[in-house]
Amino acid sequence: MLNNKWFACATLALAAVATGCSSTGDKNANGSAEAVKPTTPSQGSAAAAPSGKTSVTTPASTQSIVYFDFDSSDLKPESKDVVAAWAKYLTANPTAKAQLQGNTDERGTREYNLALGERRSAAVSSALQSAGVAASQLELTSNGEEKPVALGHDEASWSQNRRVEIVGQ
Amino acid sequence: MLNRLLVACLAFASLAVQADLDITVVGGAKRAQPIAVVPFSQGPGQPADVAAIVAADLDRSGQFLALARNDMKGFDPLPTSEPQVDYRTWRALGQEALVIGNVQALPGGGAKTVAELYDVFRTQKILTVEATATRPTEWRSMAHKVADQIYEKLTGTRGVFDTRIAYITSMQVSGRRQFKLIWADADGENPREIARSFEPLLSPAWSPDGKRIAYVTFEGGRSKIIIQTPATGDYVTFLGEKGINSAPAWTPDGSRLVVTLSFQKNSDLYVIDVATKSRRRLTDSFAIDTSPTVSPDGRTVAFLSDRSGSAQIYTMSIDGGEAKRLTFEGRRNEQPRFAPDGKTLALVNYDASGYRIGLVDVASGVMRLVSSGPLDEGPSFAPNSAVVIYTRQGGSGAELATVSTDGSVRQRLRHTGDVREPAWAPYAKP
Repeated sequence: MLNNKWFACATLALAAVATGCSSTGDKNANGSAEAVKPTTPSQGSAAAAPSGKTSVTTPASTQSIVYFDFDSSDLKPESKDVVAAWAKYLTANPTAKAQLQGNTDERGTREYNLALGERRSAAVSSALQSAGVAASQLELTSNGEEKPVALGHDEASWSQNRRVEIVGQ
Repeated sequence: MLNRLLVACLAFASLAVQADLDITVVGGAKRAQPIAVVPFSQGPGQPADVAAIVAADLDRSGQFLALARNDMKGFDPLPTSEPQVDYRTWRALGQEALVIGNVQALPGGGAKTVAELYDVFRTQKILTVEATATRPTEWRSMAHKVADQIYEKLTGTRGVFDTRIAYITSMQVSGRRQFKLIWADADGENPREIARSFEPLLSPAWSPDGKRIAYVTFEGGRSKIIIQTPATGDYVTFLGEKGINSAPAWTPDGSRLVVTLSFQKNSDLYVIDVATKSRRRLTDSFAIDTSPTVSPDGRTVAFLSDRSGSAQIYTMSIDGGEAKRLTFEGRRNEQPRFAPDGKTLALVNYDASGYRIGLVDVASGVMRLVSSGPLDEGPSFAPNSAVVIYTRQGGSGAELATVSTDGSVRQRLRHTGDVREPAWAPYAKP
């Protein structure tokens, strides 16, 4: 229960950050309202909303997070739909770009986790490029363990934090 | 013991208004030495009660048990000079050491303290201490200098009371998480803000002269390395390459920083000249290389690499060449930090008990674990190499803890919010 509350706060905070950053283009300014729906807690909040200007639209936020095992940057089989959806969108829209934001859980040191988050971004980048996406469409960043979406100190929280968020630019 | 706790609680209550960190001694295997620090002869309304600060310092070290002032009521007057010292009565009170002193206020708000340390059993004076302040804000520091010299005389180890610690706090502020880089005295008093951001701050590292601090900020959404002079607030964005900019570690002469950059594919170490920013790549591996620390002789870099498949500590020459694996115990080892004396390396060890602080004897490679985990990280040595401060996960969030390198004395340092990433500053140069 406490975790859920924390999670809602974290989601709100992330949504606020995501909204605040979307100052350059045609992003949906109301994205944050949708992102805090309690029924979809395990999905990320930072994904951009569809712009509606292209034939293949940005995948939904539910299709924008890739999860990882502890201390691993190997893509899991269940991530293939997310990668496929973004590969489809980015290959159909060669001028579109996506940011791959790598994140880790709190275990281990902050400096190592910064590097591990980047390695996870690189793993998603490789998968997208294998599916035909141009490297120039992808920007890799890492937040390390600094931007958790769940604040508990247990596997239930950790598993949500070990992720790459794909954010349309 | 109960008395001791009460004394400690009272002391904290009276200091809580100013302090940024609440410090408690949570364990001491060694017998603490009873010491009486008699109120010094000083005028009313002065900036600090010097003897009270000396007593609190010694008590907080865990190695001394300072006699409460209430237990000194039988003395009338309390001694402030050698002829007034009545060894038999202090011995009857169980005291082994006695400190008396005088504080003379100087024009301009400064002061001079002269204190004397007595061995109660040998019935003799064993040390005379002098310390000065040039303005009111230096009175606490003057008191810490007195405590440092008493501590060194009685333990053989240089004191760290007159030193400073930087750390990062994180608190919810109107729905957002705010990060602050703070700089406070080693007793948690006199906190001053170095930086604040709604983006994460991490990896503070003091320059060897203690005048500058390098740290990582995510301000603007990406990692950057800042070098700042806390006394003036002046700062420069030192590195802001594409990808990761992290883990700054100074060379002992302060001329270079070893850092982690990832703009050439993945996390590798680079040696950067602080004045010219000219850089040399130190590692070039497909693996993660990060968390460098430079030995006090300036020749060796120890760092984390997962080139073997899991994170372990390696060492190599700062001029480059082969890396040699240092750690083999536990599943992982991270975040090495050389002690200022170069003999020991602190690190974060991971095994079935979680993440704990380990101390590796550099010569033999033997590791001792000195914390209980399960989420400990961020070790930083005190400048006397005898104490390590680190981050642990407490009941109400991240807090700091210290442990003496012999494992005998432990403190917890709590903040109202999360507090972490401690960096103990070097001794100030005279």
